[in-house]
Amino acid sequence: MITVDHLTKTYGAFTAVDDVSFQCAPGRVTGFLGPNGAGKSTTMRVMVGLTPPTRGSVTVGGVPYAAIPNPGRHVGVLLDASAQHSGRTGREVLSLAALQMGLPRQRVDQMLEVVGLTPAEAKRRIRNYSLGMQQRLGIAHALLGDPQVLILDEPANGLDPAGIRWMRSLLKSYADRGGTVLLSSHLLNEVDLIADEMILIGRGRILAQGDKKTLLAGRHGAATSLVTALDNHALGTALTAAGFAVQPRGAGLQVSATTEQVGRVALSAHVVLTDLRDGGASLEDLFLELTSPTQRDAIGATA
Amino acid sequence: MSTAPAPALNVSATRPVPFGRTFVAEFRKSFDTRAGMWLLITIGILVSIVELFILIVSAVNDADAIYFSDFAFVPGAITSLLLPVVAILLVTTEWSQRSAMFTFALEPRRMRVILAKWLVAVCWAIVTLAMMIVVGVVVTAISSVLSPDATHWSGSSGNPNFLGFVIFQMLAMSTGFAIAALLLNTPAAIVVFFLYWYLFPGILAAIGLIGDGIRNLLDWINFQDAADPMINGDMAGDDWGKLIVSVLICIGLPLAFGIWRIMRAEVK
Repeated sequence: MITVDHLTKTYGAFTAVDDVSFQCAPGRVTGFLGPNGAGKSTTMRVMVGLTPPTRGSVTVGGVPYAAIPNPGRHVGVLLDASAQHSGRTGREVLSLAALQMGLPRQRVDQMLEVVGLTPAEAKRRIRNYSLGMQQRLGIAHALLGDPQVLILDEPANGLDPAGIRWMRSLLKSYADRGGTVLLSSHLLNEVDLIADEMILIGRGRILAQGDKKTLLAGRHGAATSLVTALDNHALGTALTAAGFAVQPRGAGLQVSATTEQVGRVALSAHVVLTDLRDGGASLEDLFLELTSPTQRDAIGATA
Repeated sequence: MSTAPAPALNVSATRPVPFGRTFVAEFRKSFDTRAGMWLLITIGILVSIVELFILIVSAVNDADAIYFSDFAFVPGAITSLLLPVVAILLVTTEWSQRSAMFTFALEPRRMRVILAKWLVAVCWAIVTLAMMIVVGVVVTAISSVLSPDATHWSGSSGNPNFLGFVIFQMLAMSTGFAIAALLLNTPAAIVVFFLYWYLFPGILAAIGLIGDGIRNLLDWINFQDAADPMINGDMAGDDWGKLIVSVLICIGLPLAFGIWRIMRAEVK
């Protein structure tokens, strides 16, 4: 539904987005993931015509955004929830958008209810909103025109855990009804939980894309397990004797072996395990591995 | 990823946003914020205080003559001082509050948004005229009760021409709008507007003292001087030519650059 085609955006000598191409399919949530300053927001601004691209193009449903008549009715956009006039009430912001899009007034009340803003909160001016309330208002704004596509930049920012869970189910059911969702985040867990497809971006370039399974399958490296036993020392000794490298990690051990191998060693050593899981290819490792050349903070410098 | 063509968006049933809706939304934006609302309330309070003052003074002092147009132009003068700020805020707050991100996402045809905002600014001048007449009628009626002999339901020779005044007010709004579009910053636009509107013509006039040649040339640039005959309702000779040329140079040029800037600006 959204097609980004060889998109490049440069500011003088600085390349913010570098030859980026991807697609977002209907009925799926696409997570746009990358560290701060990776080019996510710039890409999304180009998508909705707020930033002119240097090269390449973006189409939504085969049409450039600017050519969509009454775009609010087709594409819901939330690029920055705090970018609202602080002296306007929440309800007024939605009323103005409804007026512009030609929607009935009841739609405003409906959306306020969907995002969980009370009538009293909606009457308050935005300067008195918390970031979470601004985010809810922004999501109401994006959903107002009953669009088929949602483009959301860091929508979970500022939401409390309950709010994040609420948004996750909201977007999930939106996609299940056939909607297309593109959301960006720098928080991996957030995207991990919600996205069907992932696009990893760093320093303006796409590092990897696909669903979680494909992304993790493509990653090589020896198996590692995380294990915690009642007697970690005894287990560690047994594992070392079996020829596996063991390192303490948290309350347990990190072992260069599969979970099955660890389980067998524990069985023969008669050690009770309280936790055993695959600690190998986590999305986080993949993310850090891929973005490490582009990260601001070097990782692994401290052991 | 799949190589299947991306599903299309069915936009055939959707009509583009009509200009009228954009205009109404922009008009509402000029008074639905705390700043915009208080600016208008301030104008109302100032007008009431001054009118009341004139009423009391003329009643107590037994003024010999007081005219409808006196009462009508008091709100006119007060409004002309403050109203251009409405035009400025309409443009600059979209940038300082960054709401342009929402505005231009809902209407990517930026020229229509700009045009709607400018039209709103100009319409406020018409609203001013309506207010002047209403206030003038009401206060004159009160005055005719308080000082029946001195009150006249007519214009005084010392007052401007209504139509000329409104057009002049539209020019002031357009100038505020142009400077706001050029600077996209509220405090800077307000300061520059007042300097440009009140001080700049004086500087031009001072330069004109150097010699007749320069003064004749500046007559075609100094919009305040050129507008004088229009306000007084006695346009003659090349007055219209001077007004149009000076407005094109002093208001049209900054407006064109300002619009060009907004059209090209990256909104973030």
